[in-house]
Formats: sequence, C-alpha cells, structure tokens
Amino acid sequence: MTELLRIEDLHVSFKTDDGIVRAVDGVSLTLNAGETVAIVGESGSGKTVTSLSVMGLHKKGQAEISGSISLSDHGTFKDVVHLSDDEIRDIRGRAVSMIFQDPMSSLHPYYKIGNQLAEAYLVHNRGKKKEAMARALEMLDLVGIPEPAKRAQEFPHQFSGGMRQRVMIAMALMNSPQILIADEPTTALDVTVQAQILALLSKLKKEFNMGILLITHDLGVVAQVADRVNVMYAGRIVEEGAVDDIFYSPLAPYTLGLLKSVPRVSKNNERLKAIPGQPPSLINLPVGCPFAPRCEYKQHSSEAGCNTTRPALLGTSSTHRSRCHVPENLRHELFAAELKEVQG
Amino acid sequence: MSETILKIENLVKHFPTGKGKRGEKEVVKAVDGISFELKAGETIGLVGESGCGKTTAGRTILKLVEPTSGKIIFEDKDITDYSSSKMRAIRAQMQIIFQDPYSALNPRQTIGKIISAPFEIQGITPQEGTKVAVQNLMARVGLNPEHYNRYPHEFSGGQRQRIGIARAIALKPRFIVADEPVSALDVSIQAQVINLLEDLQEEEKISMVFIAHDLSVVQHISDRVAVMYLGKMMEIAATADLYAKPRHPYTTALLSAVPLPDPRSERTRERIILTGDLPSPINPPSGCVFNTRCWKAQDKCRTEVPQLVQLGASQVACHFPEN
Repeated sequence: MTELLRIEDLHVSFKTDDGIVRAVDGVSLTLNAGETVAIVGESGSGKTVTSLSVMGLHKKGQAEISGSISLSDHGTFKDVVHLSDDEIRDIRGRAVSMIFQDPMSSLHPYYKIGNQLAEAYLVHNRGKKKEAMARALEMLDLVGIPEPAKRAQEFPHQFSGGMRQRVMIAMALMNSPQILIADEPTTALDVTVQAQILALLSKLKKEFNMGILLITHDLGVVAQVADRVNVMYAGRIVEEGAVDDIFYSPLAPYTLGLLKSVPRVSKNNERLKAIPGQPPSLINLPVGCPFAPRCEYKQHSSEAGCNTTRPALLGTSSTHRSRCHVPENLRHELFAAELKEVQG
Repeated sequence: MSETILKIENLVKHFPTGKGKRGEKEVVKAVDGISFELKAGETIGLVGESGCGKTTAGRTILKLVEPTSGKIIFEDKDITDYSSSKMRAIRAQMQIIFQDPYSALNPRQTIGKIISAPFEIQGITPQEGTKVAVQNLMARVGLNPEHYNRYPHEFSGGQRQRIGIARAIALKPRFIVADEPVSALDVSIQAQVINLLEDLQEEEKISMVFIAHDLSVVQHISDRVAVMYLGKMMEIAATADLYAKPRHPYTTALLSAVPLPDPRSERTRERIILTGDLPSPINPPSGCVFNTRCWKAQDKCRTEVPQLVQLGASQVACHFPEN
C-alpha cells in the first residue's frame, strides 16, 4: 500500500470573542492509495476543519494550527502545515483536490462550464489553452456528462444538482491528483442522484488508484463506500477502525450511540434510541471525557476517570482503537448485546 | 381505523412562470392531481425527490397557497374556497412544522412570545394563563420552562425544532403537516425529535402528513406512505407493504438507492441506479411522467397516463407494476 497522507497530532483552534474554539484537538490519521477513508461526525465535530487544513485553506492569523500534515505530491512528501502560500497553491489541485457539499455555490454563475474547468488546468499549466479545453471535455466525459462538447459551452444554471456535482468532480480531477477530499459530496442531492455520484466516486477511485477522504454525517453512505472509518466527536477521533469493526463491533460509546439512533429500513416501529443531551461547546469542553455528560456507560468505568481525565486512543488491536475509560473487554460484551438488539 | 379527518381529491397546484419561448403561458405543474385520505390519529408519509411537489402539496392542503383546482375536505367541511378570514377559525385545528428551525423562528422574539403567538392570534386565553400554558408546553417538548425569556439564537438546532413543535401543538390541533422536520438535524438529535413527535402524536391523537426525503425516517414514523414524482402520486400503501413489496418501479428504485448502515449487505446489494435527473415540471413527459427514467417503459407508457388503481393492498399508478 502506498501512503498518500499522514496527519499527525493536528490541532486547529480559532480565537473568538467568547474564547478559544478548539475545533480539532489532536487528530491523527492516514490515507493510502486506492482506499476510501471516512471521517464521520455531527456538525461541529471538526471533520470539515480537518479537511480544510489538508487543503491549506485556513487563513493564517485566523486559525492556530499545529501538528503535521504530510501529503504525497506524486511521491515527494510535503508538510502542508509549514508550507508557504505559494507552495500550497502549487500542490492544491495537482496533488490534492476537494469537492464540496453544495455544488450550486461552488461554481461561478457567469462563466461557462468548460472555461471553469480549463482554468483549473491552466493554473498548473500556464498558456496551454487548447490542451486545457481538451482535458476539460475528457473529464466531463469521464464523469458521465453526455455531449461534453455542447455542455462545456453552457452555464451552471443549465445543469441540475447532480450534474453540477459531476462537474465539480471533473474539475477536481483536471490535474490528476492522487488525493481527493470529498466533503459531504452527496448531502445536497436526492437519494437516486446520490447513488449515481457514489457509484462514480468508487469507479474513479479504482480507475486512478486515488485515495479518497470522505467527510460525511451519513452512516449509510459510510457503509456503502468506506474502507476505514474515523469517528469524530468534539474535535477528536473517538474511534478508528475498518468499516466492519465500526459497524459490527464498535468500541466507543458515541459510535454505538450513533448506530443505535439511526432509523433502519428493516426495523420498524420501535422507539428510536436517541443519544440524550447535546454535543458540548468547543470553547468550554468538560474536563474529563467530552462525551461523559451524554454517556450511559460511565458507571462501568472502575476509576471513574470519565469526569476527570480525557481517555487516550487505545486498542488491543493496532487497527481498531477507541477512546473510553471502560475496560475494552467489558465494552465488547456490553455493546455486542446492544447492537444485536437494533441490528436484529 | 376511525373517522376520516382529511380528504384530498384531485388536488392541483400550478404556478405560472410568465411567458415561454413562443409567448404562450407556461406553468410549473408542482402538484398535478393527487388524492388521498387521512384518518384520525394516522400518519401518512409523503416522499419523493426534491421538486416532486411534496412541500407544495403540504402547503396547499393547509391553504397556505391557494389550490388551482381539486378539493380539500377537512373534518367533513369543504375548505377549498374558504376565504382567509374563514380559514383563520379552523387554523387552530391544522398546523405546520417547518424544515429549517433556524429560519422558522423570529430572531427578535423571545421563545415565550413565539410559542404564545397562536393563543394571541386566535384570541384565546388559556385557563391557567398564557405564561403558564407556554411553560407547560415547553416542558412537554423537553425544553426548560425557565428559558421562557431567551431568544432563538441561544438554542441549538434540535431545541429550536422543539420550539417549532411546541408552537404547532399549542392549540391542540387535530392535524399537522410536518415538512422535513428532522432533515436539518444531526442523527443523534434527529432521533430525539422523532421520538418526541411520536409521543405527542400518540397522546393527542394528532393526524399527520409527514413530508421527508429520508425513507428510513418515513418508514419509522408513518402508518402509510405516499410516493410522489413530478407532482403525481405514484404509489400509496401501508408502510410495511410498501417497503416489503414496492409495486411501482419508481418506489423500487428509491428504496434501492437508500444506503443502509450495514456494510456487509451494502457489499452484496444489487442497486438499481436510475439514469438522468428529474424532468422539468414545466414540460413533464407525456404518458407516465416516470417513463423517461423507467427501465420497464414501453410505448404505452409514453402515450397513456396511468391512473392510481388498487392492486392488492396498494394503490399504484403504473401500466406494468412489479410482482
């Protein structure tokens, strides 16, 4: 496996009038070629802030960033955190690209689709206009837009939501990056169109052996496309593991809570098992485990460290790790029984 | 089940769009002849993709927009042609919960004021006094009654949706249209709000039209489900029947597109991926509106509009239904 991205102990904080918001608080993760790694979490858990750091999109001076983001620029590793603006601009689009949630606001309404795509190419290949347009048509065709030559002459408003997201994907691929960050790529789309886009992403991943970092809150999407999963809560990864580990033997109480609270198509009218309470404010995190105020398993922790110390990311398996003070074997037992109840 | 509380007959809502290319008038056929009935205490889920007319249907039923034609019969009264002043009297009985809890609440009013608005508008003073009534409502929906004087920005998304729900149930309505009430919320909060809606509905025997695009949520909360496509009703069936045995190809495709939180079954699942997008509701396809994306479409589908007919336990509008 070729490693494309390694984030180590990433911290991102923002100064606000109310205090310092620790949006990302010690995140480490890796992404290899040919795999999809998901970051799952609720709004405000830090998943988007993490992905923006990889793109070097936080404004210096507004965000305080520490840690390292080592990213493969077609073989040579560069640390995004310590690059200058020019250096970041050089790898952006070429080594790493990003597609965003809202394809409506990510395209310029006044420019033709073809020109917008070509521009992405011209940034890295100055002056090669003909080549850029040819590449644009090639990419439009690749992402499944019929009649690319004709559509390239049209404007964004002439495209439907699903088609615009295809255009965004085409734009991200203009310079053949190895890493694609997809931030909620299907959240704004209908299910039937979502199915099309997810199938497209999987196809492209295989074809170009790309690494995809998928940011989403939808566990169904994760189950469908991810190989490995990082679950985030309050700026930290609370559990990481292979997709099957996360869905069938979760070890973090929060992951279990998420799995229990999704309504399931196969399971009918029982009451949903909601997680009580709300996510904490990132300005005033609880001293102990940030999930402790909402956690049902606190009483199983022997040292009662839940309210006083932050649990570390640990695991008996090197690939499946979680943060929790309750002994791992006890969690295995407790959670398996609970999961069986909802998964049937 | 018991009495029918709401009866929708051939409801149509067309929005004029000004002039078309050749100067003739064009209309967006948002809702194009839908019919269904709702029993007391029943929840009907209204599903479909964006632009299929589900929100317009909900608003037209409440006469928040005037229907173009068709009939709305609420508690045996034909309210289709009621004037707005005449509507006001029965508004207490029919309420709405909106999708976006951020824009549905006036940011300059306190929660107390927002939730008491229905009392004020209807000129009702509750026995126990408005403030106490509002605080009781707040407690009912799981808000802290002491937060009476706070403003919407001081609450999270889930709490705001609770405020919207408190406002909707203030006058003990018999019927509520819930328009995507949980789609703006995170999963863990979504479950809390769904549970709350179910509890309230059970206690108060409220009938509900639950509009959503999330098929798992709809399945969870609805007794029956109605599937819409381009302003038309494709299929109506009891929830269990619809999910176990969809009759309309569109329903089959919709269900097939839902990603399940279960990686193992996702790996083996055969998916029907519909090609293309929703056609324009200004110029819907002739015949069956779904024929352009349907893998079973034949000549008949392009010329003849299928009617919604009874088939087993379901009502289906398709020339070649499944099974």
